[in-house]
Amino acid sequence: MTATSVTRRAILTGGVALGAGLVLGFRLPLDAAAQTAGVFEPNQWLRIDRDGIVTITSSVPEMGQGSMTTMPMVIADELDADWSKIKVEQAPANPKLYANPVTGAQAYGGSRGVRDHLALWRKSAAAARQMLREAAAKEWNVPETEVETEPGVVIHRPSGRTLLYGQLVDKAAQLPVPQNPTLKRKEQFRYMGKEGAAARLDVPMKVDGKAVYGMDVKLPGLLVASIERCPVFGGTVQSFDATAAKAVKGVRQVVKVTNGVAVVADTTWAALNGRRALKVTWDEGPNASLSTARIEHEYARLITQPGKVAKKTGDAEAALAGAGTIIEATYQVPFLEHACMEPMNATAHVTADACHVWAPTQNPGGSQATAARLTGLPVERVSVTTTLLGGGFGRRGEIDFITDAVETSKAAGAPVKVVWTREDDIQHGFYRPATYNVFRAAVDGKGQPAAWFNRIVGGGILIQKGRAPANTVDGAAVSGAADLPYDIPNLQVEWVEKDWGVPLGFWRSVGSSQNAFITESFIDELAHAAKADPYEYRRALLGKAPRHKAVLELAASKAGWGSALPAGVGRGIAVAFSYGSYAAHVAEVSVAPDGGVRVRRIVCAIDCGFPVNLDQIRAQMEGGAVYALTAALYGKITLDHGRVQQSNFHDYPMLRIAEMPKVETHIIDSGEAPGGLGEPGVPPVAPAVTNAIFALTGKRIRTLPIAQALLTS
Amino acid sequence: MISLTVNGQPQQLDVAPEMPLLWAIREPIGLTGTKYGCGIAQCGACTVHLDGAPVRSCIIPMSAAAGKKVTTIEGLDPKSEHPLQRAWIEEQVPQCGYCQSGQIMSAAALLAQKPTPTDADIDAAMAGNICRCGTYQRVRAAIHRAAAMKRGGAR
Repeated sequence: MTATSVTRRAILTGGVALGAGLVLGFRLPLDAAAQTAGVFEPNQWLRIDRDGIVTITSSVPEMGQGSMTTMPMVIADELDADWSKIKVEQAPANPKLYANPVTGAQAYGGSRGVRDHLALWRKSAAAARQMLREAAAKEWNVPETEVETEPGVVIHRPSGRTLLYGQLVDKAAQLPVPQNPTLKRKEQFRYMGKEGAAARLDVPMKVDGKAVYGMDVKLPGLLVASIERCPVFGGTVQSFDATAAKAVKGVRQVVKVTNGVAVVADTTWAALNGRRALKVTWDEGPNASLSTARIEHEYARLITQPGKVAKKTGDAEAALAGAGTIIEATYQVPFLEHACMEPMNATAHVTADACHVWAPTQNPGGSQATAARLTGLPVERVSVTTTLLGGGFGRRGEIDFITDAVETSKAAGAPVKVVWTREDDIQHGFYRPATYNVFRAAVDGKGQPAAWFNRIVGGGILIQKGRAPANTVDGAAVSGAADLPYDIPNLQVEWVEKDWGVPLGFWRSVGSSQNAFITESFIDELAHAAKADPYEYRRALLGKAPRHKAVLELAASKAGWGSALPAGVGRGIAVAFSYGSYAAHVAEVSVAPDGGVRVRRIVCAIDCGFPVNLDQIRAQMEGGAVYALTAALYGKITLDHGRVQQSNFHDYPMLRIAEMPKVETHIIDSGEAPGGLGEPGVPPVAPAVTNAIFALTGKRIRTLPIAQALLTS
Repeated sequence: MISLTVNGQPQQLDVAPEMPLLWAIREPIGLTGTKYGCGIAQCGACTVHLDGAPVRSCIIPMSAAAGKKVTTIEGLDPKSEHPLQRAWIEEQVPQCGYCQSGQIMSAAALLAQKPTPTDADIDAAMAGNICRCGTYQRVRAAIHRAAAMKRGGAR
């Protein structure tokens, strides 16, 4: 970036009206010196050069979900750009320009890419297209209404004249930015919702090794650090002896940082060797005796105590007290770690008057604010480059690895990359809460539910992070349970908070990841108790939830629900809403005599409102199925003596290719507002599988993971 | 000094004999397409070819790589047009992409041995490569597609 453009961007930054949400970019300053000649940049999302190249700035980090392609599809469509002329860049940390207009933060989780930005991106690109048309109309001295566009070119059909976008940039740059441009009609879209219209822009660099992740950042004089962390959550460094570590070839320094003791070296291998030689004495703090056995024992006691009411309709307790038939069940789910393929890492270069961070982060804004706080520098002196992310799943919204890099660089007085090992990653995560859950349902003579009572015991992610008030119901803990879609007259959902001091985090689909499992299993129990077909039983109760019902019906239909299956194969179904979208899954499962579960086929129906990028919707459903199956079949983080007992993929196993079911995705364009996609493909998968296991074997899985539940039954 | 050949280039490295090949490839040599994922040969992100055979470079000490020929993802094809790379693009396989170098290197070793692999062959050859994004369905499709391309006369 040239000095001129830095100056210019600073000016542009000041030009944005904050709080107005959908202000379409900023007027370019008329001071010619402040403009980049030959560039049309009507707002922070796109610029066009004289050679016709459209450079799009994506604010949403690319963690595999395809944001680096889907966002440009939206812009290119409303701009009417030629896809072959599209380039994409990742936005710098600058919340004034790139904050999510809904959350107000430049941080990305909650499947918020398309759904929170679609309207803003469309209008921003439509404004640019209108300015190009206006510029051409002036050039030709014709009414603007006679001027149309084809990809990358403005056309005046009556006279047959054309101008390329690149030929109009200087004139368009002088025009005011229209605030209410006309958007394309859906039938005019070239890319959005079109099959095969736009290939992923990041795929070529991901097949030949050129893609740069956080781990791959290179800088002159870059040092590498590895941090020894207290094995017990909340523990602190009492003392350390760095003599042996410093004697290791290549080790430069050993420094104490917030998250442990950092061994700084010339290379990663030297840092790891130095760390092995380091001796640290820990004050393990109050969690040193924590164990999974104790947690489960305490949960079993807490489940008998009243909780805070998350949802109350009618009077479930009275209905249960007077009921003839009551069905009860208890469900448990474990802590889970995200296990991104790329272990946590970040690079920082702290100097006296500036700080630069390079990081695979879902949270560029939070990274910038964290670095400013740790260095004492104003945020304007902190720049953040978001690299590609080797997986995110919620883990990379945290800022612990940013803290590592900034503190270590500051202490070392050099640019430093802090690299986590896989063991660090699994043992120092932010875990999906382990929960304990009870259900009681009153059913009438036909097996229909008259009352549904559900109490959940577990930690609250939002409360632990200070993002929700203490002593309230944590929304993340009850999502997918409090918003039960079934039409049941008496409903009560309660939550009992128990924080164990285990760091909690947002794990792909968050509360819905476990609550869809428990609720969609229990409704299945009610269906079987009523001797009803589990699909028809749900369907009859979804009268007030038409979008749930539509995906359920589509998944059942495409899966051939009710048709004969081969011997030894069972079928299960589940449906869930999460993050703005509705998903239903049918799973076909076989169980070997030794308890080995094989999921052969998963049929998914997804209603994400208007579907923008069809192939990436399918990719997210395929990926969501694998993420969910891995957890359902194998995922369990356990604790003993305050320590996570798992450490790497040998004891925290992942689904592998031979276990991959055939995943078929069917997309409903409901015409509704866009919903999320990264997360909604996860929640129904585990219950669809366990419901299939029940249909096949009569064994109800009420504790995850499945593999362990089957072995201990 | 340890000598070896990486992507056809002779390399002389002043590194410890016990240093894993992975870190030699990534740091002194500077080829970062080969990834660290687990360090214990469980995930396959570090897969390279050692004298043509697929290995997990995170557990191969430099002493065992000395004098041998290493091929990394960067050396698979001079124009990045290996049938697998083209098939990977056509099937739109990668999501985050972090595991994909290793996936492709394992698949390349498979196709070199078995030009027309069955699904069972793919299961066996790719068993060591974890993908957390869940691209396995497309990995399988892309391997079959690349095999068909090769049969059709592509390199």
